[in-house]
Amino acid sequence: MYEYSAEDRAFLAERIRQFRAQVARRLDGSLTEDEFRPLRLMNGVYLQLHAYMLRVAIPYGTLNPRQLRQLAMIAERWDKGYGHFTTRQNIQFNWPRLIDIPDILEALAEVDMHAIQTSGNTVRNVTADHFAGAAADEIADPRPWAELLRQWSTDHPEFQFLPRKFKIAITGSPRDRAATAVHDIGLRIVRNADGAEGFEVLVGGGLGRTPMLGKVVRSFLPKEDLLPYVEAILSVFNEFGRRDNKYKARIKIIVHELGIERIRELVEARFAELRPSFTGVDQEVLARIARMFRAPDFVRRDTAPFEAARAADPVFRAWADTNLAPHRTEGYAIATISLKAHGATPGDATAAQMRLVADLAEEFGHGEIRVSHEQNLVLPHVHKADLPEIHARLKAAGLATANVGLASDIISCPGMDYCALATARSIPVAQGIARRVEELRIEHEVGPMKIKISGCINACGHHHLGDIGILGLERAGVETYQITLGGDAGPEAAIGSRTGPGFSYDEIVPAVERLMLAYLELRESPAERFGETLRRVGHAPFHAALYGEEKADAA
Amino acid sequence: MTSASPRRKPGAPQAQVVTANELLGGEVVYLTADDRWTPRIAEAELIEDEAHAQIRLLFAQGQPDRVVGAYLAPARRGPGGAVEPAHFREAFRAKGPSNYPHGKQEALGNV
Repeated sequence: MYEYSAEDRAFLAERIRQFRAQVARRLDGSLTEDEFRPLRLMNGVYLQLHAYMLRVAIPYGTLNPRQLRQLAMIAERWDKGYGHFTTRQNIQFNWPRLIDIPDILEALAEVDMHAIQTSGNTVRNVTADHFAGAAADEIADPRPWAELLRQWSTDHPEFQFLPRKFKIAITGSPRDRAATAVHDIGLRIVRNADGAEGFEVLVGGGLGRTPMLGKVVRSFLPKEDLLPYVEAILSVFNEFGRRDNKYKARIKIIVHELGIERIRELVEARFAELRPSFTGVDQEVLARIARMFRAPDFVRRDTAPFEAARAADPVFRAWADTNLAPHRTEGYAIATISLKAHGATPGDATAAQMRLVADLAEEFGHGEIRVSHEQNLVLPHVHKADLPEIHARLKAAGLATANVGLASDIISCPGMDYCALATARSIPVAQGIARRVEELRIEHEVGPMKIKISGCINACGHHHLGDIGILGLERAGVETYQITLGGDAGPEAAIGSRTGPGFSYDEIVPAVERLMLAYLELRESPAERFGETLRRVGHAPFHAALYGEEKADAA
Repeated sequence: MTSASPRRKPGAPQAQVVTANELLGGEVVYLTADDRWTPRIAEAELIEDEAHAQIRLLFAQGQPDRVVGAYLAPARRGPGGAVEPAHFREAFRAKGPSNYPHGKQEALGNV
């Protein structure tokens, strides 16, 4: 993975020195809160419901064991012993004191991490496929490009005051595990008819109050044109973005208002201007970065211990069947560590759990850990022969839940338990659903199912993309939950549609249960996924399951 | 406390407290009648008069060295006479998150 240069470290040290001084000036009264707020946000410091919150970037979701151990140390020393992994592959600490944050940033810098541009109207953490560099279905590892984008966008003087925040996601696989269609820019590595690799570039995707899927602005971009092309898009956004209205300020709105053809004209014209100024330095930087992402030295070993454990131990078999994904190298697997134990807070890991995962990555995983946007951790390169021991040690730490991709593997934002923007709670709804499917023992029968929960219209929990999406709102002073059905985050991305009236806090878990049971009744076979059943039978039977037959008759 | 009763007419004035987050640590605090900041909503000044509420808010906003983001939050007097939150968001702020026993429920032990 990428290793910081002396320049990177000097930059971080200077930024921390500045922030320490800014905090001191806030405390001695030289800075007002209005003056200080943008400065703290530039360093990932929010003020939430109960406390400050520090959002730390995990670029393209890649961590090494030393970094994960440092996050564990921070969680114990300055927080309450845990961290929360988010849908943008970041980690959030929910309880830091403002006066401690400069020290926390120094601790992060010791392991080449930071919180810069995890907030504000800037280019945010570039997210990537969490199986990058490992997946059997991948065309190329997107992370060198993600790192190039990170370096280019960090402190980029032209893009520190964009009309609104800007999110880029990149995938090297046609399976698109990075939700590229719902980012401001989505990049998909593709091959053209001549076999050359390039990018399909999507622009204008996003969730929030106006969910939209990105549109293809360039179907094949030569790889070496990436930076000038992305810069051209940012430049057009900077000029045309709706600074007059916060709710219309994302690039998706101008793509919608001007149309993709006009956006393409503007971007291509700007690209033509910018391209000559990129004289190849970026490609030299990229080549240096790419060397650091060289694949590990894989070995050939007998996988018999894996087969034996799988045959002998049903608990291991269940875990292997749900939590492993095909690796591109024979004998290896990608192991997803669920942070969704039934009844636990989605995405939370204790310091002890982080240390265990760091140890496992070091002993068995070529020192690599990933954070997925689905709020799980991943060991991307493990040999199958080591999986029985890995599983045993995960199990002892409460990390061996066999539910990846199933109904209890729920994406949930922090919601009103922490977030100052939330309109309702998310976490207890996720906990309630997970506990219920565990009680009913139906999730393996139900099979792959994406349930996603957001505690407000901003949609950090990606509810629009769930098979079942849940949006928590306030109605007349109480929490109300709207259900959407039929969303999809993958290559065939789709925005779910609303079912009808919302449900109260006490009604929402039973409502989701009725949907799952209806799906089991309606599907043609266990191979037919929820979304496929929904498309085949339409919304009416699910509507009936939710609201009763008589109300659904008209549908 | 008719102004905060559940049968209050729509649009009728509602009782309020001044609340904010403490600057150094971020903890939720409430303004008391004797100009202190307390972590316990039960000790907050319950304000029923809108003009007085605005004056108290200005007083709070004049203490940027102590608190951040002062605002007026709906509140009422509970059955036992103590001030309590009148909206679920404020109830979470007064207590802490529901997924862990953290925050005030941990620190105060009695919320």
